[in-house]
Amino acid sequence: MPDNPIAKRRTYQISDKANRLSPSGIRRFFDLLASTEGVISLGVGEPDYSTPWHISEAAIKSLEKGYTMYTSNSGTPELRRELSRHLMDEYDIDYNPDTELLITVGSSEALDLSMRALLNPGDEVIMPDPCYVAYEACVIMAGGTPVKIPTSQENGFEINPSDLEKLVSEKTRAILIGYPANPTGAVMSRNKLMEIADIALRNHLIVVSDEIYAKLVYDTEHICFATLPGMKSSTILLGGFSKAYAMTGWRIGYSAAPAEITAAMTKIHQYTMMCASTMAQVAALEALRSGESSVVEMVEDYNKRRRVILHGLEDIGLSCFEPKGAFYVFPSIKSTGMTSEEFAETLLTEEKVAVVPGSAFGKYGEGYVRCCYATSLDNINEALLRMKRFVKKFSR
Amino acid sequence: MKNKEILKILEDNARATTKQISAMTGNSSSEVSRFIKQAEKDRVILKYKAIVNWDKVENEQVWALIEVKLTPEKDVGFDSIAERIYRFPQTRTVYLVSGSYDLFVLVTGKTSHEIADFVSQKLSHIEGVQATVTQFVLKRYKEDGELIEEKEEVKRQLVVL
Repeated sequence: MPDNPIAKRRTYQISDKANRLSPSGIRRFFDLLASTEGVISLGVGEPDYSTPWHISEAAIKSLEKGYTMYTSNSGTPELRRELSRHLMDEYDIDYNPDTELLITVGSSEALDLSMRALLNPGDEVIMPDPCYVAYEACVIMAGGTPVKIPTSQENGFEINPSDLEKLVSEKTRAILIGYPANPTGAVMSRNKLMEIADIALRNHLIVVSDEIYAKLVYDTEHICFATLPGMKSSTILLGGFSKAYAMTGWRIGYSAAPAEITAAMTKIHQYTMMCASTMAQVAALEALRSGESSVVEMVEDYNKRRRVILHGLEDIGLSCFEPKGAFYVFPSIKSTGMTSEEFAETLLTEEKVAVVPGSAFGKYGEGYVRCCYATSLDNINEALLRMKRFVKKFSR
Repeated sequence: MKNKEILKILEDNARATTKQISAMTGNSSSEVSRFIKQAEKDRVILKYKAIVNWDKVENEQVWALIEVKLTPEKDVGFDSIAERIYRFPQTRTVYLVSGSYDLFVLVTGKTSHEIADFVSQKLSHIEGVQATVTQFVLKRYKEDGELIEEKEEVKRQLVVL
């Protein structure tokens, strides 16, 4: 009998693409976490505030009024206009609300769309290592190949432009960066960003700049990549409301990009999401209109916690560069002789403090752990106390 | 020196130690304690106190908000009438306000009788006091920015990448 291809089929055959996505490297750690009680967590990646009440209230009111239908695919015109004004106020950059802005389901969707709109099979996207976990996955899902630039504590986890230039090849399509950075809290200096812009322009590359943490910078100013000379037409700016306005659960973000790219992203968005949640768009509009004072207050608070945790880590003897953005510190745990996963696991079982192994964010995150300080000062102080005991016990 | 920051920290938690404040603000401990001493001396910091939920301890305390309308009189400003009122230890807060009355007075007492006596025997007899409206507090929801009820625990995932 000839081979019957139908008989060979497996019902649960998973696509090669899905199989290529690395299952979270720290699954075991997650399982352990789920079964441990009374944990102080420095492992979250979101604000510990509830959404400012006036923002939630605006959404509740809109539900009461019956605004529960689809919106335009790109997002409500009011929100796009307000966003355009906001970007103008904030960075003095002019985006056309009708053709260059797209409201998405979190900046995560915007990241996915940008990759799907840009990449052909085999196209390469250069990104820093360590970096946010979704960067690599989104490139793979879009058929591209991630290419990593090692970054290090010595350089404050900034990208070294000459390292970047060496990785540019015929296949390179885009550079994907995210500063302020998850997991390191690093920000990039204007000079280095200018050099990256120069490399991008010379090689006709698009820079996808994930600026979800733009509002969370301390004692420095955020530089929007698209504002660098000549870069607006070569940048896809990704932004969102989650981190600045404590709106993670609303899932609302945006992209700002040249009209051709926005049109392509909108097409994909139209067939997959239709539109971002209507009530989240109402909330986002309120956030842009009058959320600024809450942001200022939260940033002041984060900065206090940032100083406390840095001070505490220094006291413990874990070396840590001073991060100027987001709400993470990324101390080196090399002095303990453990891998970052061992450190996180043992710290959890011995002292019930949750941190995230740096290795979850790439090869060059090994030897570090990510601690998020978006939690109460009491929690931070208690966690530091426990970590001190732990490091003392396990240091060699 | 981040003076306002130090005051805000203390306003939120009067028990924050110099060392903690120094870590939070990045000022040295000695700078912080020098600033606090000066602020106490200058009466920028008036007092350190706890916000107490008396409902959990006893039910005897009665609060009343009293609106006081004054008659402006020759040679006697509002300040001096206010002084005659705030001298009474029963008054907890006294504000001069805009609107349909002049002084807002928050009074506490053991019983409503005690407060009624204070209003009828003391307050209404003060020269310049034209009229009073007393409102007894039935329930406190929020006090100095703090919710009286137990705080709701916001449930977060333990790890989010």
